[in-house]
Amino acid sequence: MPAPIRLRELIRTIRTARTQAEEREMIQKECAAIRSSFREEDNTYRCRNVAKLLYMHMLGYPAHFGQLECLKLIASQKFTDKRIGYLGAMLLLDERQDVHLLMTNCIKNDLNHSTQYVQGLALCTLGCMGSSEMCRDLAGEVEKLLKTSNSYLRKKAALCAVHVIRKVPELMEMFLPATKNLLSEKNHGVLHTSVVLLTEMCERSPDMLAHFRKLVPQLVRILKNLIMSGYSPEHDVSGISDPFLQVRILRLLRILGKNDDDSSEAMNDILAQVATNTETSKNVGNAILYETVLTIMDIKSESGLRVLAINILGRFLLNNDKNIRYVALTSLLKTVQTDHNAVQRHRSTIVDCLKDLDVSIKRRAMELSFALVNGNNIRGMMKELLYFLDSCDPEFKADCASGVFLAAEKYAPSKRWHIDTIMRVLTTAGSYVRDDSVPNLIQLITNSVEMHAYTVQRLYKALLDDISQQPLVQVASWCIGEYGDLLVSGQCEEEEPIQVTEDEVLDVLEGLLVSNLSTPVTRGYSLTAIMKLSTRFSSVNRIKKVVSIYGSSIDVELQQRAVEYNALFKKYDHMRSALLERMPIMEKTASNGPTEIVQTNGETDPSVVETKHPPPVTQSTNQATDLLDLLGGNDMVPVIQTSVPTKPASAGGELLDLLGDLSLSGGPAPTPAPSVPTSQPPFLLDGLSSQPLFNDIAAAGIPPMTAYNKNGLKIDFTFERANPNPNIAVITINASNSTEADMTDFVFQAAVPKTFQLQLLSPSSNVVPALNQGTVTQVIRVLNPQKQQLRMRIKLTYTHRASSIQDLAEVNNFPPQSWQ
Amino acid sequence: MLISSLFMRMSLTTHSFLSSFHSHLCFVISSFQMQFMLLFSRQGKLRLQKWYVPLSDKEKKKITRELVQTVLARKPKMCSFLEWRDLKIVYKRYASLYFCCATEGQDNELITLEIIHRYVELLDKYFGSVCELDIIFNFEKAYFILDEFLLGGEAQETSKKNVLKAIEQADLLQEPRHEYFNVPVY
Repeated sequence: MPAPIRLRELIRTIRTARTQAEEREMIQKECAAIRSSFREEDNTYRCRNVAKLLYMHMLGYPAHFGQLECLKLIASQKFTDKRIGYLGAMLLLDERQDVHLLMTNCIKNDLNHSTQYVQGLALCTLGCMGSSEMCRDLAGEVEKLLKTSNSYLRKKAALCAVHVIRKVPELMEMFLPATKNLLSEKNHGVLHTSVVLLTEMCERSPDMLAHFRKLVPQLVRILKNLIMSGYSPEHDVSGISDPFLQVRILRLLRILGKNDDDSSEAMNDILAQVATNTETSKNVGNAILYETVLTIMDIKSESGLRVLAINILGRFLLNNDKNIRYVALTSLLKTVQTDHNAVQRHRSTIVDCLKDLDVSIKRRAMELSFALVNGNNIRGMMKELLYFLDSCDPEFKADCASGVFLAAEKYAPSKRWHIDTIMRVLTTAGSYVRDDSVPNLIQLITNSVEMHAYTVQRLYKALLDDISQQPLVQVASWCIGEYGDLLVSGQCEEEEPIQVTEDEVLDVLEGLLVSNLSTPVTRGYSLTAIMKLSTRFSSVNRIKKVVSIYGSSIDVELQQRAVEYNALFKKYDHMRSALLERMPIMEKTASNGPTEIVQTNGETDPSVVETKHPPPVTQSTNQATDLLDLLGGNDMVPVIQTSVPTKPASAGGELLDLLGDLSLSGGPAPTPAPSVPTSQPPFLLDGLSSQPLFNDIAAAGIPPMTAYNKNGLKIDFTFERANPNPNIAVITINASNSTEADMTDFVFQAAVPKTFQLQLLSPSSNVVPALNQGTVTQVIRVLNPQKQQLRMRIKLTYTHRASSIQDLAEVNNFPPQSWQ
Repeated sequence: MLISSLFMRMSLTTHSFLSSFHSHLCFVISSFQMQFMLLFSRQGKLRLQKWYVPLSDKEKKKITRELVQTVLARKPKMCSFLEWRDLKIVYKRYASLYFCCATEGQDNELITLEIIHRYVELLDKYFGSVCELDIIFNFEKAYFILDEFLLGGEAQETSKKNVLKAIEQADLLQEPRHEYFNVPVY
């Protein structure tokens, strides 16, 4: 059997293949030969065969049949075998296959080998691809090697330990003793890997971090020596001594100095020194400066140092090397929030970077520019950003447009400027604008009442130019529909009014309907706009015609609209003008705020905080203390008013404060039935007030009662039993007013004995209209686990005929079914 | 060493180090870690792949294919860094070879460029004016050198001299022992 061909021979042969097919044929032939050689258990050439297999693997061909052979090579005594075997293991084996575990024993033996290069191979393999099981088995060996005096092995062991810790974080503790003298090493390799190991440990464990803080002075000293020492040929890179070690030390200092005043103080000087003395002509110097800047920004450095850091970044921005500009922009983006003013000084340079050719730099410059926009520079910045929007790649346009809208909303110096800016965006990047911009813009335009005429005129003119950009067309159609009357009447104040007739406007809108460029959504907008104009224009007949045509449109949406509008003309003409009236000012998403879960009085079921029309906070605290007065020496427990203030965020806080003040629930807090939460979701999503929490209630059987009737104010109670939890009674109060004047600022409060728990939900309103024209309803939920007789004390406050009225009453006549 | 006469020997180092042209997955490991290093030609042929994170062969192939495409599409005037999936990619071209490292988000890209450069210098010293062909025909040596310089994605030795010395010594241990390390052993 001739010897299998040598590796280099094979490589040469394969490279002569002229086609993919030819190459594949050669590879298959060789693989077959290798396979049979493996089968024969040939020791001599195993190494050669595996090496060839690794080459073919790199070309993309399967080589899994060589996995076990790698293991055999590792187990061999020959160094050549081991070298290729370990390489093959790292390339072909992975921790997902159990077969890799067979390596463990070999590695263990090799970690204790007499030759350091064999030990090195084992450490390298373990540190590169060791699975958690392997790491667990071999951590002890690694720890031993970490304490050896052989620096060649020590440095490898340190990095191997890093890998072990990454894989099995619980093992970190066992390496702690070995770290004792790591930094006293002179050998740079060991120093470097030790710093990496320490960094890893500090990152993972706050205890380790606290423990290693004491190393700061030593690290500072080492760094100082590196900078001050003369030329060291062994570690020199362009005049800088061991930049890799410097960077690593700076990084460790960053982690140690973060949030710690003393450590930050201790490293202040050295950071300043590095920042000012490092040579910046080559990349290596800038790499160190960059790391220094990152460290300065992260620790508690004094302001002078921070300014120094930002100025370094500013200088980076002017560097010819785009890599340097890139890292500068990245860092500035990170610091723009905390050191806003310092970064502002470099604004013009940053804006210049918008014109850079590199995509990554442009993106960063754009993000940073938006972060720097404020009330003072809005006009100038927007000019640059709009110019950027015009000329940038499509991938940026959506983000840039959104950014412009946001900035304009926050800092617009005038309404007209705002609208002009929006117009500019819509006309230049109209098709990239996000979908939600259209409704936002419409809202903005609606609310800028004095600009309606100007806006519709400009949008109309834009439509005449270009109807391809859908967001623009949609906003324009909507505006024309709303304000078409202003358009034809030529009322514009802001600029020269244009002369346009009703027919011309309708031509444009109809054009949108038939154009191929219009999407179905846009068509919907234009049809509705045309319909709206029927109450604003006089050419109603033309509009009727258009609408009836689309009653047979293939597009179902359009068809439906047209049919309904048609019906408006025919059967409901009397309603048409009211329906198509001008839109009112839209409230800015107050009711779209998040609903908040708030704990009440020991009960574990959540209540929803109402975000619309709630009474102010101060009022509820007063009410709480009033209730305490109310109870006097009685054994009543005050109820917590659960309707709370506008900002959901503060609501929870206030309420909790309330609870604290009152120090409630003397008795045990019984948990209501677990089925309560399941009925929550529909309620939360609805966000409706005064709706009973439990919809499936056997309301039958409990008669209503009048709880209070005095001075024209009557309060009725109606009852529902909560089905899932029979201990909870849901009472709906109805307050009505038979006097001739409204009762305003109406507040209903209630208190129950200690054995009960009570929850009051938001009232439907605070005004009880006069002459029984309406009622205020409010829901009370009473938990009565001990089935005691329900008693309640109520307090009413309201303003009637300009005087403030307050009254207390006891309610004792509850029907037995409500509490039994 | 036998070099095919069809290929021109272009030294990696004759092109200036300083300029030349410039080079979801979701592994939340520690904030500074090199995840992998790839070497590939301008035609997209892989010359070396070192993975420091566990991935299946299929995933490695996919990542390699996509990343190679992305880097090769970069124009010469672009900077050496790009964001790709969740990673930061640092690449640099030396003659006909792209050296490409992927690091976790927090890393200092400029020092990664220095790491790449140091590796090229080591190869250069070892092979004597290294070119792509050296790495093709001696890929296993390229790996050995890399493994003496980096371990688990971190630099284990910052002295060029020490790395080369270690390789030299290890080469001498190979059986059969030859005086010149570049005589093929297998």
